[in-house]
Amino acid sequence: MNAKQLFGIAVSVCLASVTFSAQAGSKDDKKLDAKTTEIIKRDFRDKGIAKADRVNQDELQAACSKYLDDVPDKLKGKLEAAQAKEIKWPADGKYMGDWKAGEKLAQSGRGMTWSDKPEDTPGGNCYNCHRLSAKEIAYGTIGPSLLNYGKKRGTKEEVQRSVYGHIYNAKAYNACANMPRFGHMGILTEAQIKDLVALLLDPESPVNPKDASAAAK
Amino acid sequence: MNTSRLTRMILVLALAASGAAQAADDSASDSDKIEAYREMISDGNPAEFDEMRGEELWKKPAGPKNASLEKCDLGKGAGVVKGAYASLPRYFKDTKKVQDLESRLLTCMTTLQGIPEADITAKPFASDKKPSDISSLATYVVGQSKGIKMTVSTKHPKEKEAYEIGKRIFNYRAGPYDFACSTCHATSDVRIRMQDLPNFNVKADAQSAYSSWPAYRVSQGLTRSFQWRLNDCFRQQRFPEPKFASEATVALTMYLAVSANGADYAGPGLKR
Repeated sequence: MNAKQLFGIAVSVCLASVTFSAQAGSKDDKKLDAKTTEIIKRDFRDKGIAKADRVNQDELQAACSKYLDDVPDKLKGKLEAAQAKEIKWPADGKYMGDWKAGEKLAQSGRGMTWSDKPEDTPGGNCYNCHRLSAKEIAYGTIGPSLLNYGKKRGTKEEVQRSVYGHIYNAKAYNACANMPRFGHMGILTEAQIKDLVALLLDPESPVNPKDASAAAK
Repeated sequence: MNTSRLTRMILVLALAASGAAQAADDSASDSDKIEAYREMISDGNPAEFDEMRGEELWKKPAGPKNASLEKCDLGKGAGVVKGAYASLPRYFKDTKKVQDLESRLLTCMTTLQGIPEADITAKPFASDKKPSDISSLATYVVGQSKGIKMTVSTKHPKEKEAYEIGKRIFNYRAGPYDFACSTCHATSDVRIRMQDLPNFNVKADAQSAYSSWPAYRVSQGLTRSFQWRLNDCFRQQRFPEPKFASEATVALTMYLAVSANGADYAGPGLKR
Protein backbone atom coordinates (compact mmCIF):
# COMPACT_ATOMS: atom_id res chain seq x y z
CA MET A 1 0.00 0.00 0.00
CA ASN A 2 1.42 3.39 -0.95
CA ALA A 3 1.16 6.65 0.92
CA LYS A 4 -1.67 7.93 -1.29
CA GLN A 5 -3.80 4.84 -0.60
CA LEU A 6 -3.09 5.13 3.10
CA PHE A 7 -4.15 8.75 3.05
CA GLY A 8 -7.34 7.83 1.25
CA ILE A 9 -8.19 5.22 3.86
CA ALA A 10 -7.44 7.66 6.65
CA VAL A 11 -9.73 10.28 5.11
CA SER A 12 -12.59 7.84 4.64
CA VAL A 13 -12.22 6.53 8.18
CA CYS A 14 -12.34 10.12 9.46
CA LEU A 15 -15.40 10.92 7.34
CA ALA A 16 -17.11 7.76 8.49
CA SER A 17 -16.45 8.53 12.13
CA VAL A 18 -17.70 12.10 11.70
CA THR A 19 -20.97 10.85 10.19
CA PHE A 20 -21.21 8.17 12.82
CA SER A 21 -20.69 10.50 15.75
CA ALA A 22 -23.14 13.04 14.35
CA GLN A 23 -25.82 10.36 14.22
CA ALA A 24 -24.78 8.90 17.51
CA GLY A 25 -24.91 12.41 19.02
CA SER A 26 -28.67 12.72 18.90
CA LYS A 27 -29.15 9.07 19.74
CA ASP A 28 -26.77 9.49 22.67
CA ASP A 29 -28.64 12.58 23.80
CA LYS A 30 -31.91 10.69 23.87
CA LYS A 31 -30.29 7.85 25.74
CA LEU A 32 -28.82 10.29 28.26
CA ASP A 33 -32.18 12.06 28.66
CA ALA A 34 -33.87 8.72 29.35
CA LYS A 35 -31.17 7.64 31.78
CA THR A 36 -31.35 10.98 33.62
CA THR A 37 -35.09 10.60 34.12
CA GLU A 38 -34.62 7.01 35.30
CA ILE A 39 -31.95 8.08 37.82
CA ILE A 40 -33.97 11.02 39.12
CA LYS A 41 -37.05 8.85 39.63
CA ARG A 42 -34.99 6.30 41.52
CA ASP A 43 -32.72 8.52 43.62
CA PHE A 44 -35.18 10.85 45.36
CA ARG A 45 -37.39 9.77 48.22
CA ASP A 46 -40.26 11.03 50.39
CA LYS A 47 -39.24 13.29 53.22
CA GLY A 48 -41.87 15.04 55.33
CA ILE A 49 -44.35 16.78 53.08
CA ALA A 50 -42.01 16.56 50.07
CA LYS A 51 -43.05 13.32 48.37
CA ALA A 52 -40.93 11.52 45.79
CA ASP A 53 -43.49 12.08 43.03
CA ARG A 54 -42.58 15.77 43.01
CA VAL A 55 -39.80 14.92 40.56
CA ASN A 56 -42.38 13.93 37.94
CA GLN A 57 -42.50 16.80 35.46
CA ASP A 58 -45.61 18.27 33.88
CA GLU A 59 -45.54 19.23 30.19
CA LEU A 60 -44.29 22.74 30.90
CA GLN A 61 -41.50 21.71 33.28
CA ALA A 62 -40.30 19.07 30.82
CA ALA A 63 -40.23 21.51 27.89
CA CYS A 64 -38.41 24.25 29.85
CA SER A 65 -35.83 21.73 31.10
CA LYS A 66 -35.28 20.32 27.62
CA TYR A 67 -34.80 23.72 25.97
CA LEU A 68 -32.93 25.29 28.92
CA ASP A 69 -35.80 27.79 29.38
CA ASP A 70 -35.57 28.93 25.76
CA VAL A 71 -38.39 27.03 24.06
CA PRO A 72 -39.13 27.64 20.35
CA ASP A 73 -41.75 30.39 19.81
CA LYS A 74 -44.48 28.09 18.54
CA LEU A 75 -44.21 25.75 21.49
CA LYS A 76 -43.91 28.71 23.88
CA GLY A 77 -47.25 30.11 22.67
CA LYS A 78 -48.90 26.72 23.00
CA LEU A 79 -47.60 26.20 26.54
CA GLU A 80 -48.66 29.69 27.63
CA ALA A 81 -52.16 29.25 26.21
CA ALA A 82 -52.53 25.93 28.03
CA GLN A 83 -51.46 27.56 31.32
CA ALA A 84 -53.77 30.57 30.80
CA LYS A 85 -56.75 28.27 30.30
CA GLU A 86 -56.18 26.83 33.77
CA ILE A 87 -56.29 30.14 35.65
CA LYS A 88 -59.21 30.25 38.08
CA TRP A 89 -60.34 33.85 38.25
CA PRO A 90 -62.06 35.07 41.44
CA ALA A 91 -65.76 34.29 41.30
CA ASP A 92 -66.69 37.65 42.86
CA GLY A 93 -64.81 39.57 40.16
CA LYS A 94 -62.67 41.33 42.81
CA TYR A 95 -58.88 41.21 42.54
CA MET A 96 -57.63 43.41 45.38
CA GLY A 97 -57.41 42.39 49.03
CA ASP A 98 -55.54 43.83 52.00
CA TRP A 99 -52.01 45.11 51.30
CA LYS A 100 -51.02 44.70 54.98
CA ALA A 101 -51.75 40.98 54.85
CA GLY A 102 -49.99 40.95 51.48
CA GLU A 103 -46.82 42.51 52.95
CA LYS A 104 -46.72 39.85 55.69
CA LEU A 105 -47.15 37.14 53.11
CA ALA A 106 -44.48 38.67 50.85
CA GLN A 107 -41.99 38.60 53.72
CA SER A 108 -42.43 34.90 54.40
CA GLY A 109 -40.10 32.58 52.51
CA ARG A 110 -41.52 29.51 54.16
CA GLY A 111 -43.47 26.66 52.70
CA MET A 112 -43.41 23.39 50.79
CA THR A 113 -39.91 22.22 51.83
CA TRP A 114 -39.49 18.90 53.60
CA SER A 115 -38.69 20.79 56.81
CA ASP A 116 -42.04 22.63 56.71
CA LYS A 117 -44.93 21.02 58.54
CA PRO A 118 -48.19 20.16 56.79
CA GLU A 119 -50.00 22.79 58.88
CA ASP A 120 -47.50 25.56 58.01
CA THR A 121 -49.02 27.98 55.53
CA PRO A 122 -46.65 28.70 52.66
CA GLY A 123 -45.56 32.31 52.32
CA GLY A 124 -45.37 34.33 49.12
CA ASN A 125 -41.56 34.21 48.99
CA CYS A 126 -41.75 37.58 47.20
CA TYR A 127 -38.80 39.35 48.87
CA ASN A 128 -36.59 36.34 48.13
CA CYS A 129 -36.45 37.52 44.52
CA HIS A 130 -38.03 40.99 44.26
CA ARG A 131 -37.66 44.44 45.71
CA LEU A 132 -41.10 45.61 46.87
CA SER A 133 -41.53 47.97 49.83
CA ALA A 134 -39.00 50.80 49.91
CA LYS A 135 -38.51 50.03 53.62
CA GLU A 136 -37.30 46.47 53.13
CA ILE A 137 -33.66 46.46 52.11
CA ALA A 138 -33.09 42.68 52.35
CA TYR A 139 -34.57 41.85 48.98
CA GLY A 140 -33.44 39.42 46.30
CA THR A 141 -32.67 40.30 42.70
CA ILE A 142 -33.56 37.21 40.68
CA GLY A 143 -36.81 38.95 39.69
CA PRO A 144 -37.26 42.60 38.69
CA SER A 145 -37.78 45.37 41.25
CA LEU A 146 -41.48 45.95 41.90
CA LEU A 147 -41.00 49.17 43.86
CA ASN A 148 -43.51 51.78 42.64
CA TYR A 149 -45.28 49.08 40.64
CA GLY A 150 -48.76 50.49 41.23
CA LYS A 151 -47.72 54.11 40.81
CA LYS A 152 -46.65 53.45 37.27
CA ARG A 153 -49.76 51.48 36.36
CA GLY A 154 -52.69 52.70 38.44
CA THR A 155 -55.50 50.47 39.69
CA LYS A 156 -57.65 49.98 36.60
CA GLU A 157 -59.45 46.63 36.54
CA GLU A 158 -57.39 45.29 33.63
CA VAL A 159 -54.20 46.05 35.58
CA GLN A 160 -55.57 44.28 38.68
CA ARG A 161 -56.59 41.30 36.59
CA SER A 162 -53.20 41.07 34.94
CA VAL A 163 -51.38 41.17 38.29
CA TYR A 164 -53.71 38.52 39.69
CA GLY A 165 -53.05 36.34 36.65
CA HIS A 166 -49.28 36.78 36.90
CA ILE A 167 -49.21 35.71 40.54
CA TYR A 168 -51.67 32.87 39.93
CA ASN A 169 -49.65 31.56 36.99
CA ALA A 170 -46.64 33.51 35.72
CA LYS A 171 -46.11 30.84 33.08
CA ALA A 172 -49.31 31.83 31.30
CA TYR A 173 -47.45 35.03 30.34
CA ASN A 174 -43.90 33.67 29.97
CA ALA A 175 -43.68 29.89 29.67
CA CYS A 176 -40.29 29.39 31.31
CA ALA A 177 -40.36 32.27 33.80
CA ASN A 178 -38.43 31.64 37.01
CA MET A 179 -41.46 32.57 39.13
CA PRO A 180 -43.51 29.76 40.69
CA ARG A 181 -47.17 29.29 39.71
CA PHE A 182 -48.63 30.26 43.08
CA GLY A 183 -52.29 29.66 42.28
CA HIS A 184 -51.90 26.87 39.73
CA MET A 185 -49.77 24.78 42.11
CA GLY A 186 -51.97 25.46 45.13
CA ILE A 187 -49.23 27.33 47.02
CA LEU A 188 -51.41 30.37 47.77
CA THR A 189 -55.19 30.74 48.08
CA GLU A 190 -57.36 33.12 46.09
CA ALA A 191 -57.63 35.45 49.10
CA GLN A 192 -53.84 35.48 49.57
CA ILE A 193 -53.23 36.29 45.91
CA LYS A 194 -55.70 39.19 46.24
CA ASP A 195 -53.69 40.48 49.21
CA LEU A 196 -50.55 40.41 47.09
CA VAL A 197 -52.31 42.24 44.24
CA ALA A 198 -53.17 44.92 46.81
CA LEU A 199 -49.57 45.04 48.02
CA LEU A 200 -48.48 45.85 44.48
CA LEU A 201 -51.28 48.21 43.44
CA ASP A 202 -52.89 49.83 46.48
CA PRO A 203 -51.86 53.52 46.67
CA GLU A 204 -51.49 53.08 50.46
CA SER A 205 -49.06 50.16 50.09
CA PRO A 206 -45.38 50.75 50.94
CA VAL A 207 -44.61 49.42 47.45
CA ASN A 208 -45.99 52.76 46.24
CA PRO A 209 -44.38 55.24 48.66
CA LYS A 210 -45.66 58.80 48.63
CA ASP A 211 -42.40 60.58 49.37
CA ALA A 212 -40.55 61.52 46.24
CA SER A 213 -37.09 60.31 47.28
CA ALA A 214 -38.21 56.70 47.69
CA ALA A 215 -40.31 56.91 44.57
CA ALA A 216 -37.35 58.08 42.53
CA LYS A 217 -35.39 54.90 43.23
CA MET B 1 -3.21 23.72 66.63
CA ASN B 2 -1.80 25.31 69.79
CA THR B 3 -3.81 26.53 72.77
CA SER B 4 -3.48 30.24 72.11
CA ARG B 5 -4.72 29.75 68.57
CA LEU B 6 -7.62 27.70 69.85
CA THR B 7 -8.54 30.41 72.37
CA ARG B 8 -8.38 33.05 69.70
CA MET B 9 -10.60 31.01 67.40
CA ILE B 10 -13.21 30.60 70.14
CA LEU B 11 -13.08 34.32 70.90
CA VAL B 12 -13.55 35.14 67.24
CA LEU B 13 -16.52 32.77 67.02
CA ALA B 14 -18.17 34.46 70.01
CA LEU B 15 -17.58 37.89 68.48
CA ALA B 16 -19.01 36.77 65.18
CA ALA B 17 -22.11 35.38 66.87
CA SER B 18 -22.82 38.66 68.65
CA GLY B 19 -22.08 40.61 65.48
CA ALA B 20 -24.50 38.52 63.46
CA ALA B 21 -27.46 39.70 65.52
CA GLN B 22 -26.55 43.37 65.12
CA ALA B 23 -25.99 42.92 61.43
CA ALA B 24 -29.63 42.11 60.74
CA ASP B 25 -30.46 45.67 59.67
CA ASP B 26 -27.10 46.32 58.08
CA SER B 27 -27.22 46.92 54.34
CA ALA B 28 -23.96 45.08 53.63
CA SER B 29 -24.57 41.86 51.71
CA ASP B 30 -23.93 38.55 53.45
CA SER B 31 -20.88 37.93 51.34
CA ASP B 32 -19.32 41.23 52.47
CA LYS B 33 -19.90 40.31 56.11
CA ILE B 34 -18.48 36.85 55.58
CA GLU B 35 -15.48 38.31 53.79
CA ALA B 36 -14.75 40.46 56.86
CA TYR B 37 -15.22 37.43 59.08
CA ARG B 38 -12.88 35.39 56.91
CA GLU B 39 -10.19 38.00 57.33
CA MET B 40 -10.69 37.98 61.10
CA ILE B 41 -9.98 34.29 61.32
CA SER B 42 -7.62 33.96 58.39
CA ASP B 43 -5.21 31.91 60.47
CA GLY B 44 -7.80 29.42 61.63
CA ASN B 45 -11.12 27.96 60.45
CA PRO B 46 -13.27 26.06 62.98
CA ALA B 47 -13.47 23.32 60.31
CA GLU B 48 -9.99 22.37 61.55
CA PHE B 49 -11.63 20.66 64.53
CA ASP B 50 -13.57 18.45 62.16
CA GLU B 51 -10.44 17.80 60.08
CA MET B 52 -8.66 16.56 63.21
CA ARG B 53 -11.61 14.38 64.14
CA GLY B 54 -11.64 12.94 60.62
CA GLU B 55 -7.92 12.23 60.67
CA GLU B 56 -8.29 10.25 63.87
CA LEU B 57 -11.18 8.28 62.41
CA TRP B 58 -9.14 7.58 59.27
CA LYS B 59 -6.26 6.11 61.25
CA LYS B 60 -8.14 4.31 64.01
CA PRO B 61 -9.20 0.66 63.55
CA ALA B 62 -13.00 0.45 63.65
CA GLY B 63 -16.03 -1.59 62.59
CA PRO B 64 -16.62 -5.36 62.73
CA LYS B 65 -13.34 -5.90 60.84
CA ASN B 66 -11.46 -3.65 63.25
CA ALA B 67 -9.60 -2.01 60.38
CA SER B 68 -8.52 1.56 59.76
CA LEU B 69 -9.16 3.33 56.46
CA GLU B 70 -5.47 3.61 55.69
CA LYS B 71 -5.89 1.14 52.80
CA CYS B 72 -8.79 3.08 51.31
CA ASP B 73 -8.14 3.96 47.66
CA LEU B 74 -9.51 7.41 46.87
CA GLY B 75 -8.19 7.24 43.32
CA LYS B 76 -4.51 7.94 43.89
CA GLY B 77 -3.70 4.49 45.25
CA ALA B 78 -4.42 2.71 48.54
CA GLY B 79 -4.05 5.08 51.47
CA VAL B 80 -3.12 8.17 49.43
CA VAL B 81 -5.08 11.12 50.76
CA LYS B 82 -2.91 13.98 49.52
CA GLY B 83 -4.50 15.57 46.46
CA ALA B 84 -7.18 12.88 46.11
CA TYR B 85 -10.15 15.23 46.47
CA ALA B 86 -8.93 17.55 43.69
CA SER B 87 -9.56 14.73 41.17
CA LEU B 88 -12.92 13.53 42.48
CA PRO B 89 -15.44 12.38 41.38
CA ARG B 90 -13.81 9.71 39.20
CA TYR B 91 -14.41 6.22 37.85
CA PHE B 92 -13.32 3.34 40.11
CA LYS B 93 -12.61 -0.04 38.59
CA ASP B 94 -13.46 -2.07 41.67
CA THR B 95 -16.99 -0.71 42.02
CA LYS B 96 -17.39 -0.02 38.26
CA LYS B 97 -18.89 3.30 39.26
CA VAL B 98 -18.14 6.98 39.19
CA GLN B 99 -17.87 8.01 42.84
CA ASP B 100 -17.58 11.29 44.69
CA LEU B 101 -15.66 11.50 47.95
CA GLU B 102 -18.53 10.55 50.23
CA SER B 103 -19.76 7.60 48.14
CA ARG B 104 -16.15 6.38 47.96
CA LEU B 105 -15.74 6.70 51.72
CA LEU B 106 -18.95 4.73 52.05
CA THR B 107 -17.40 1.95 49.92
CA CYS B 108 -14.25 1.92 52.06
CA MET B 109 -16.15 1.92 55.36
CA THR B 110 -18.36 -0.98 54.27
CA THR B 111 -15.69 -3.09 52.57
CA LEU B 112 -12.59 -2.43 54.69
CA GLN B 113 -14.25 -1.92 58.07
CA GLY B 114 -17.36 -4.04 57.53
CA ILE B 115 -19.75 -1.35 58.76
CA PRO B 116 -23.27 -1.98 57.38
CA GLU B 117 -24.12 0.65 54.75
CA ALA B 118 -27.47 1.44 56.36
CA ASP B 119 -25.72 2.34 59.63
CA ILE B 120 -23.81 5.05 57.77
CA THR B 121 -26.50 6.35 55.44
CA ALA B 122 -29.22 6.56 58.11
CA LYS B 123 -27.69 9.81 59.45
CA PRO B 124 -24.89 10.85 57.11
CA PHE B 125 -24.89 14.52 58.18
CA ALA B 126 -23.73 16.09 61.44
CA SER B 127 -26.25 17.67 63.80
CA ASP B 128 -26.00 19.74 67.00
CA LYS B 129 -26.45 16.52 68.93
CA LYS B 130 -24.20 14.17 67.06
CA PRO B 131 -21.21 14.49 64.73
CA SER B 132 -21.10 12.36 61.59
CA ASP B 133 -18.10 10.10 61.04
CA ILE B 134 -18.37 10.03 57.25
CA SER B 135 -18.70 13.81 57.20
CA SER B 136 -15.64 14.32 59.44
CA LEU B 137 -13.68 11.89 57.28
CA ALA B 138 -14.64 13.95 54.23
CA THR B 139 -13.46 17.14 55.95
CA TYR B 140 -10.10 15.51 56.67
CA VAL B 141 -9.67 14.28 53.10
CA VAL B 142 -10.57 17.59 51.43
CA GLY B 143 -8.14 19.43 53.71
CA GLN B 144 -5.37 17.34 52.18
CA SER B 145 -6.10 18.88 48.77
CA LYS B 146 -5.82 22.49 49.91
CA GLY B 147 -3.88 24.49 47.32
CA ILE B 148 -3.96 21.67 44.75
CA LYS B 149 -5.33 22.36 41.28
CA MET B 150 -8.69 20.75 40.52
CA THR B 151 -8.30 18.23 37.70
CA VAL B 152 -11.45 16.16 37.43
CA SER B 153 -11.36 13.83 34.43
CA THR B 154 -14.11 13.10 31.92
CA LYS B 155 -11.92 10.74 29.86
CA HIS B 156 -13.55 7.50 30.93
CA PRO B 157 -16.92 6.99 29.18
CA LYS B 158 -18.61 6.57 32.57
CA GLU B 159 -17.10 9.87 33.75
CA LYS B 160 -18.30 11.61 30.60
CA GLU B 161 -21.73 10.08 31.08
CA ALA B 162 -21.91 11.21 34.71
CA TYR B 163 -21.00 14.75 33.61
CA GLU B 164 -23.73 14.75 30.95
CA ILE B 165 -26.34 13.40 33.36
CA GLY B 166 -25.26 15.91 36.00
CA LYS B 167 -25.74 18.73 33.52
CA ARG B 168 -29.26 17.52 32.84
CA ILE B 169 -30.05 17.27 36.55
CA PHE B 170 -28.75 20.84 36.98
CA ASN B 171 -31.36 22.03 34.49
CA TYR B 172 -34.20 19.71 35.59
CA ARG B 173 -37.24 21.76 36.59
CA ALA B 174 -39.83 20.09 38.80
CA GLY B 175 -41.74 20.29 42.06
CA PRO B 176 -44.40 22.74 43.26
CA TYR B 177 -42.17 25.77 42.53
CA ASP B 178 -40.87 24.59 39.10
CA PHE B 179 -37.31 25.14 40.28
CA ALA B 180 -34.12 23.65 38.84
CA CYS B 181 -30.60 24.31 40.13
CA SER B 182 -30.32 26.63 37.14
CA THR B 183 -33.23 28.79 38.32
CA CYS B 184 -30.91 30.39 40.87
CA HIS B 185 -27.46 29.40 39.59
CA ALA B 186 -27.36 30.25 35.89
CA THR B 187 -27.50 34.06 36.07
CA SER B 188 -24.72 36.37 37.22
CA ASP B 189 -24.88 38.88 40.05
CA VAL B 190 -28.22 37.87 41.53
CA ARG B 191 -29.11 37.08 45.11
CA ILE B 192 -31.88 35.61 47.29
CA ARG B 193 -32.59 38.20 49.96
CA MET B 194 -28.99 39.21 50.84
CA GLN B 195 -27.37 35.93 49.81
CA ASP B 196 -25.25 36.21 46.64
CA LEU B 197 -25.61 33.27 44.26
CA PRO B 198 -22.84 31.76 42.13
CA ASN B 199 -23.54 31.34 38.40
CA PHE B 200 -22.27 27.88 37.49
CA ASN B 201 -22.23 28.74 33.79
CA VAL B 202 -19.40 31.17 34.55
CA LYS B 203 -16.03 29.54 35.18
CA ALA B 204 -14.81 31.93 37.89
CA ASP B 205 -18.08 31.64 39.84
CA ALA B 206 -18.12 27.84 39.58
CA GLN B 207 -14.50 27.67 40.69
CA SER B 208 -14.86 29.86 43.76
CA ALA B 209 -18.13 28.21 44.81
CA TYR B 210 -17.08 24.60 44.34
CA SER B 211 -13.55 24.95 45.70
CA SER B 212 -14.81 26.47 48.97
CA TRP B 213 -16.95 23.42 49.92
CA PRO B 214 -17.09 21.49 52.26
CA ALA B 215 -17.28 24.38 54.70
CA TYR B 216 -17.85 25.44 58.27
CA ARG B 217 -21.27 27.08 58.47
CA VAL B 218 -21.15 29.90 61.04
CA SER B 219 -24.96 30.02 61.29
CA GLN B 220 -25.10 26.31 62.13
CA GLY B 221 -21.84 25.87 64.03
CA LEU B 222 -21.12 22.77 61.96
CA THR B 223 -18.79 21.71 59.18
CA ARG B 224 -20.90 20.68 56.20
CA SER B 225 -19.97 18.19 53.48
CA PHE B 226 -20.66 18.57 49.77
CA GLN B 227 -23.41 15.93 49.90
CA TRP B 228 -25.03 18.07 52.60
CA ARG B 229 -24.72 21.14 50.37
CA LEU B 230 -26.62 19.42 47.57
CA ASN B 231 -29.16 17.97 50.00
CA ASP B 232 -30.02 21.41 51.38
CA CYS B 233 -30.19 22.94 47.88
CA PHE B 234 -32.79 20.33 46.91
CA ARG B 235 -34.70 21.07 50.12
CA GLN B 236 -34.93 24.73 49.19
CA GLN B 237 -35.74 23.75 45.63
CA ARG B 238 -38.84 22.09 47.15
CA PHE B 239 -37.70 18.71 45.83
CA PRO B 240 -38.00 15.40 47.69
CA GLU B 241 -34.80 14.25 49.38
CA PRO B 242 -31.91 12.99 47.25
CA LYS B 243 -30.63 9.68 48.60
CA PHE B 244 -27.20 10.03 50.21
CA ALA B 245 -24.32 9.27 47.84
CA SER B 246 -26.80 8.29 45.10
CA GLU B 247 -25.95 8.28 41.41
CA ALA B 248 -27.99 11.48 40.95
CA THR B 249 -25.95 13.37 43.55
CA VAL B 250 -22.64 12.01 42.23
CA ALA B 251 -23.54 12.98 38.63
CA LEU B 252 -24.49 16.50 39.72
CA THR B 253 -21.26 16.76 41.71
CA MET B 254 -19.36 15.62 38.62
CA TYR B 255 -20.93 18.40 36.56
CA LEU B 256 -20.13 21.05 39.16
CA ALA B 257 -16.61 19.76 39.82
CA VAL B 258 -15.71 19.72 36.13
CA SER B 259 -17.10 23.26 35.83
CA ALA B 260 -14.61 24.22 38.56
CA ASN B 261 -11.58 22.50 36.98
CA GLY B 262 -8.42 24.58 37.05
CA ALA B 263 -9.20 26.20 40.39
CA ASP B 264 -6.84 25.82 43.31
CA TYR B 265 -8.88 23.83 45.78
CA ALA B 266 -9.37 26.04 48.85
CA GLY B 267 -11.52 24.06 51.29
CA PRO B 268 -12.62 23.38 53.87
CA GLY B 269 -14.18 26.81 53.53
CA LEU B 270 -16.07 29.15 55.77
CA LYS B 271 -19.64 30.22 55.10
CA ARG B 272 -22.38 32.34 56.66
